[in-house]
Amino acid sequence: MTSNPLLDATGVAKNYGAVAALRNASLSVLPGEVHALMGANGAGKSTLVKILTGAIPANAGRILIRGEARDIRSPAAARRAGLLPVYQEPSLIPDLDVLSNLRLTSTPVEPFRAWVRELGIPDLDIRDTARDIPLAVLRVLDLARALAVEPDVLLLDEMTAALPANLAEKVLEVVRRQGDSGRAVIFISHRFVEISALCDRATVLRDGETVGVVDIVPGVEEKIVELMLGTRIVKTHVAARSAAQKAVPAPARPRLSVHNLRVGTKLNDVSFDLADGEVAGVVALEGQGQDELFAALAGSIRPSGGTIEVDGQPAKFSHPIDAIRAGLAYVPGDRAEALAMQRSVRENIALPFSAALRNWGPIAMRQERAKVVSAIERLQIDTRAQGEVQRLSGGNQQKVTIARWVAADTRTLLCFDPTRGIDVGTKQEIYKLLREVAGHGKSVLFYTSELEEVQRVCDRVIVIFGGRVVDIFPVEEADEPALMRAAYGLPRGAKADIGILADPHCSSPESASSSASTSPGATP
Amino acid sequence: MFFPGEREFIGFDFARGDAMSHFLRRQGWVAGLFVLFVVLFIITRLIQPAYGSGDFGSLVRAVLPYAFAVAAQTVVVIAGGIDLSVAAMMALTSVTAASMMSGASEEYALFVVPFVLAMGFVLGAINGMLIVITRVPDIVVTLATLFVLQGAALLVLDAPGGAAADWLKALISGTVPIPGLPDGIDAWLPKALLLLIVCLCIIWIPLRRSRLGLSIYAIGSSELAAFRSGVPVARTRIIAYALSGLFAAFGGLALTMSTGIGAPIPGPYLLASVAAVVLGGVALGGGKGGLLGPIVAVFVLRLVRTDLTLLAIDPNLTAIIEGAIMVAVVMFGAFITMRSRQS
Repeated sequence: MTSNPLLDATGVAKNYGAVAALRNASLSVLPGEVHALMGANGAGKSTLVKILTGAIPANAGRILIRGEARDIRSPAAARRAGLLPVYQEPSLIPDLDVLSNLRLTSTPVEPFRAWVRELGIPDLDIRDTARDIPLAVLRVLDLARALAVEPDVLLLDEMTAALPANLAEKVLEVVRRQGDSGRAVIFISHRFVEISALCDRATVLRDGETVGVVDIVPGVEEKIVELMLGTRIVKTHVAARSAAQKAVPAPARPRLSVHNLRVGTKLNDVSFDLADGEVAGVVALEGQGQDELFAALAGSIRPSGGTIEVDGQPAKFSHPIDAIRAGLAYVPGDRAEALAMQRSVRENIALPFSAALRNWGPIAMRQERAKVVSAIERLQIDTRAQGEVQRLSGGNQQKVTIARWVAADTRTLLCFDPTRGIDVGTKQEIYKLLREVAGHGKSVLFYTSELEEVQRVCDRVIVIFGGRVVDIFPVEEADEPALMRAAYGLPRGAKADIGILADPHCSSPESASSSASTSPGATP
Repeated sequence: MFFPGEREFIGFDFARGDAMSHFLRRQGWVAGLFVLFVVLFIITRLIQPAYGSGDFGSLVRAVLPYAFAVAAQTVVVIAGGIDLSVAAMMALTSVTAASMMSGASEEYALFVVPFVLAMGFVLGAINGMLIVITRVPDIVVTLATLFVLQGAALLVLDAPGGAAADWLKALISGTVPIPGLPDGIDAWLPKALLLLIVCLCIIWIPLRRSRLGLSIYAIGSSELAAFRSGVPVARTRIIAYALSGLFAAFGGLALTMSTGIGAPIPGPYLLASVAAVVLGGVALGGGKGGLLGPIVAVFVLRLVRTDLTLLAIDPNLTAIIEGAIMVAVVMFGAFITMRSRQS
């Protein structure tokens, strides 16, 4: 290598208790390059970013900036070292005006204003309170604030995610020029189109380790997908499900039917059906609108457009109770969202349907107990510590969150990453349980961040990218590489030689947004 | 040193046409409170045509300790916390000052005042450090300090007593003689008001304009965003509590100055301070509001009480009416804010 790296991190590790978020990550960024940092969900990208920017300390590893070892203990120290991040969520103080926010970070105003104009916002009033500024503009202001202090290394986390096309184009242009001027940019993105248009090299993380550094050349995206998946790329072929497991023949009318659902800016256009007796998988990278989709179906937020039909009847949910009455129950990935942690297993399981047994007057205890006991048995919940749910293991807690709806005989489960952070054995039990539920003619919508789960559990897979359904697979074709490709918005069946990186017309951001909508699929 | 980018702001061209609308948007709540105060004042004159400058002077003197308690609470609430030990801190500083000045010379008081202020500052900082280091919720820590300080106050003086230097008492009695001003107007400028304004201004205005002041707003508004902006969150929180202690010490001194003695049992300043903070447009969640609003609010609340007394309303009913007014005003404010958001 001819020039010395601006930033050189090696052997970075971070443990949270027994869980290793990063094992051995390295990242080396040269002057004048735009460097992509890639990895599947949970590969450790965000942990590495937090360490580099001083938000959390590393347990091990060495970070050199311009060849000097620096101990970056706080965001302020990272800033002094010339390393500036722009995070996914805006980091302007919401209750201060823009000018005060600049003062807080000692950002010079005139360069900031110049960058803001450059980035395509000509009429900013810097006395506006940050809270009153639209999200997309806030992100651009964050970027302008970082650019104004002329950092050596600029770290952009999903910079273009919430931006309309015209702003995104300006941002990409500015980023590209930043590289030309001898500075460096670390660019985190889920969009191959942007990466191919902008970046010189890419570092790929998998399971907390750097597994490869590749030059961005046409056709490299296949290699990157391979690196992200690693050895797990072995094609797992699922036999068609046995007759007992096979979904009952779909009735003429779907159980749940979603048409053109929109929520804010995150979820743009999602349509799909869910039949009785079916487990439909949802696969998406983080923040592609899946959270909003589930929240809308669970009745906790109101969609801004589109329709939800339950059993052919249009449904409008203004409160989770409406969704629950319609037989849609939400099982969150974060157990703490669903359980009353200090209360007993019995109370937690009984909570949703005790309300259903009767609205007023005392609860029919005997009936309740019978239901609870049968649910506990069915789910094989370890009840040794049943006095307080918080003393159960994570896996058993998750079983309780599902058990309550099984006990309540709910017709449709909306499971949002239910196996997050639980042990393998319990995962298997949950897969079995979901299949069983479907076997009884109920339906399950199952979002998972672990692609290998899809073929174990689902009958069909719905892939969401950028708030739109980009593809719907039958389970037989949904092996991990295919899902990963689809989740990154790459068209199905694309071969390496005709990958989008080879296409010179696809290097502008307009095609980034259009490629998502023109890719095949969106037809069940 | 605080602020290397300062030169960038000198001569900076603000959008001048918007200055007025900005002022109204930001200070609308305070302006509304001020109008409310004037209306109440007119009502007072209608109830009691003899209500004059002398009564106004005693109103200001009565408000003085409340106003400092409110200032103490405001700083902490803006930083996203709460301080339950305000009234106890005032009691302790008040009895300390009174017992030190008892039997001492007039000049000795020159030493007592800074000593008591420093004591408040340090005790407040200890509050802040306990919260930051132990990570026990602020409401628990300051509740504990409430009892500790209350006990300490009783150790210093077990019954109301002590004394205050005459020059201190003179600081808040009478009016400010301004040469060339007719006595009629002069009479409406009590010394206590001047003292309040001076004490608050010499602390608040430099603070508001400093990086530290911004940091206090920042940690109250969004701790994560503040941390990411390079704000030393823990240090800022400790300083916010220290400033709260300092203002509470001012309040304690004001108590001693107006009564001439120190009383070890805390007065009703804690709840009054929270009420005025809420009424003054400071969000209890932090990050929003200023000092002027709560100060005007405490004047409003005291004047309401005066009016109710003048109307000879049952004192028990007075509390109910005060509570009702507070809820009504805050609801009205939320309603106005919602309407302006929608339009």
